[in-house]
Amino acid sequence: MRRLGFSLAAPVGAFVLTIIISTVALWIFGSDPLEAYGDMLGHARKLETVVDILNRATPFYLSAVAAAIGFRMNLFNIGVEGQYLIAFLIAAQVGGLISLPSALHILVIMLVAMIVGSLWAGIAGILKTTRGVNEVVSTIMLNAIAVAGLIAWLQREWQAELGEQFSSSDLGTNPIEESGLLPTINWLPEIFTREIGQGKELTGMLLVAILVGVAYHVLLNRTRFGFDLRASGLNPFAARAGGVPPKRMVVAAMMLSGAVAGLIGMVELADRGKFPPDPIQGLGFAGIAVALLGRNHPGGMVFSALLFAFLDVSSGVLDTTGAASREIATIMQGIVLLTAVVAYGVANRVREREEARSTAEALVTAGDDELAGASA
Amino acid sequence: MVAAIELEGITKRFPGVVANDNVNLVVEPGEIHAICGENGAGKSTLMKILYGMQRPDEGTMKVNGQLVDFSSPTDAIDEGIGMVHQHFMLADNLTVLENVILGGEPRRDDKSLRSLWFPAIAFAVAAIAILLVASGWGLIFLLACLAIAALWWFRIRIDFENAEDRLARVASEYGLNIDLDQVVETLEVGERQRVEIIKVLYRGAEILILDEPTAVLVPQEVEALFDNMRELKANGATILFIDHKLDEVLEIADSITVLRHGKTVASIPNDGVTAHELAELMVGSELPTPETAESTVTDTVALDIRNLSVGGNAGSGSAAGADDTEGRRSLDDVSLTIHKGEILGIAGVEGNGQGDLVDAIMGTEDTSSGSIIFEGQDITKWSVRKRREAGIGYVPEDRHREGLLLSSPLWENAALGHQTQAPYGSRWFIDRDGTRAQTEIIKESFDVRTPNIDVAAHALSGGNQQKLIIGRELTADPSLLIAAHPTRGIDVGAQAAVWDQMRQARANGLATLLISADLDELIGLSDTIVVMLRGRIVATLSPDDVTPRDLGAYMTGAAVQEAGAR
Repeated sequence: MRRLGFSLAAPVGAFVLTIIISTVALWIFGSDPLEAYGDMLGHARKLETVVDILNRATPFYLSAVAAAIGFRMNLFNIGVEGQYLIAFLIAAQVGGLISLPSALHILVIMLVAMIVGSLWAGIAGILKTTRGVNEVVSTIMLNAIAVAGLIAWLQREWQAELGEQFSSSDLGTNPIEESGLLPTINWLPEIFTREIGQGKELTGMLLVAILVGVAYHVLLNRTRFGFDLRASGLNPFAARAGGVPPKRMVVAAMMLSGAVAGLIGMVELADRGKFPPDPIQGLGFAGIAVALLGRNHPGGMVFSALLFAFLDVSSGVLDTTGAASREIATIMQGIVLLTAVVAYGVANRVREREEARSTAEALVTAGDDELAGASA
Repeated sequence: MVAAIELEGITKRFPGVVANDNVNLVVEPGEIHAICGENGAGKSTLMKILYGMQRPDEGTMKVNGQLVDFSSPTDAIDEGIGMVHQHFMLADNLTVLENVILGGEPRRDDKSLRSLWFPAIAFAVAAIAILLVASGWGLIFLLACLAIAALWWFRIRIDFENAEDRLARVASEYGLNIDLDQVVETLEVGERQRVEIIKVLYRGAEILILDEPTAVLVPQEVEALFDNMRELKANGATILFIDHKLDEVLEIADSITVLRHGKTVASIPNDGVTAHELAELMVGSELPTPETAESTVTDTVALDIRNLSVGGNAGSGSAAGADDTEGRRSLDDVSLTIHKGEILGIAGVEGNGQGDLVDAIMGTEDTSSGSIIFEGQDITKWSVRKRREAGIGYVPEDRHREGLLLSSPLWENAALGHQTQAPYGSRWFIDRDGTRAQTEIIKESFDVRTPNIDVAAHALSGGNQQKLIIGRELTADPSLLIAAHPTRGIDVGAQAAVWDQMRQARANGLATLLISADLDELIGLSDTIVVMLRGRIVATLSPDDVTPRDLGAYMTGAAVQEAGAR
């Protein structure tokens, strides 16, 4: 109970602090903070907006899990960005070339994406274990190679055949047949609410993301691999002395992180049916922020992904109402990260002190046994 | 004469605990004053109060007769009090000089800097020019330039020459010899400690607090430290130090204050008092001795090491050999045998290959030649995990570094190293219930003092952390235990408990490799003692007819055993 209190105090404190600071910011810039917040919240109450938020939160969450797997081992996988984009491209191309029964088709596409993502991330892992290259440097470079090099080139190579009269919407890889597209799950919320309007569709990847979250939790807390991974992150020397093979763990963690990263692009793939000429970028970097805010915790990252998605989506309404500039959402995302880092630091200290105190207490009450123990 | 330090009625309460209960302490100027007591007796709290890290709830403090009230260590430093912590606070990649002046760098006179303005301005102008030419990248370039300029500016403003002069003066005045330009990374533990002491003196301290200074030192280094302390005393410094080891206290201290359960139980001059009496004051009972009962050595060989070498010719270019001279083997042609039920003690000045021997047996360091036979199987090429699973237990030299996940709960720490085996886990999963149950067993049978098994490992005292480690290794029922300094830095009570457990395991047929800097412990526990010097075994001795003095002679190379004398 106490532990829960400690772990909740920090994010709540950070959030309150963020609201205060952004209120001041809005006020300074001459907007009415209450009106702006009211507009955003009011907008987010609409079912269609909720669908948008969930569609946005899904890739954020997947990206955060990918980053978190690395973080738990003290590996800074900056390369989620490149990993998901290249996985997206290759999976889309493979999916567009083959034709299979529906479930199998989808499965193959996802597997390809995960394998490509993990191999791309694995390069950084192998470079680190064999040549001692810092993974931050190598993943940044691999991002550049993937995005500006490979993807730019392959995208042209794999450009679908264009007809006589084509529009720019025909650009991109060959469209995937219907059987390869993950179905949307509008039926799920519609059980509880009304029909979703405005042509909004809730991505089926939401369920996959939930599965990934559960798998991440089980892997980390219940499996030996997860134990080895956390031990390596907390104290690599103790982990090694405890029989954890350090090099194998680095490669495995990077590849696992890359595999999850590979799933990020599947949200957009299911929606657009191909690798478009203008894929959504920056999800990999957003994931790092989401993971930081959610403390790499499977549940915590759900909240931070939703928060980031909410800010992203609902700020759009500010353009129409004019209550404030929509950039306030970006500012708030930044502030919440900063305040979270501070709040977590403070909470950690308090908890450590608390623990030291309660242990000392136990020692004093056991003081009489101590005398007996010493004479034994 | 006015006392250097006079504490009267100091009481410090933490919620639910009275750490210091009406403590009185008088330290005369120019004396070496030892504070003894078991872990948890309140020594550290008292020192923290004296150094301004904690404020007392009641009581008064006088320094040189002046009533003081410290709200931070800065106040204590201003009054001439300095503290050397047990865990050193040095930047490894800086030199001694840089470390000492860190945070209190002497600045150059600003006048002499005026000439430096020109290049700085030129630099900025050039940067702005580039900014104007290429706007995008120019900005980044400008920021980089400014960062470099700022770094260069701070570097150049430090008056290294002046600092070096002052430092050399301080060092020679107190007889502390050290090369100021050496990088701290390359220093031995004892030398690092000397740097810490110099740092404190450089800040103008006249009263030094040393927190368990000998815990990390080998006998020779302890001697050197004591020489330094005598020198400091001769130069008028007052030293207050915390120590567990009573023989050391008796050797160096002028007066001794004993704390027990937060109270001062005695404050006596060091004349005629015996270790025995001191220990009785500390723990309220007799001093335990590390003596094994009758021999339990069997004929079954548990570990057989043949001609083992590490480093040198076979080109294992690992970082482990960084402080070795080029091409030298850190472990050179070592052969030894441990039987079931035998404790083999290894004596040696730290850094003479003991660490490499341990690493080679555990599998964390590559060997260059020779073989390790464990229970009839050649394990030389096995992974650490496979060795662990085969039944090699490990009590590491540095429990914080290799033994524990400090921020993880105790039950997770209990599984560390055994997570592949029941009751902790299996091929794929961790068995939480099994692990927790096993941790409770360890807590009970090894007397780990903790409110519950969910507290983080860092919350435990050193002795209890060590009991947890010994417990997890011994309950896993190993065939061989590698115990490196198993009682280093823990109190008398915990020490006795650890010795008991090791004896018990030995009686049950455990083969133990014991490495220790505590020669009494080695002689008391071991069935056989080998001495290592420069990576080689230079003597094999029986503990029955060897004294610490003899051992010391072999350890330093002053005595040499005839070949084949065993």
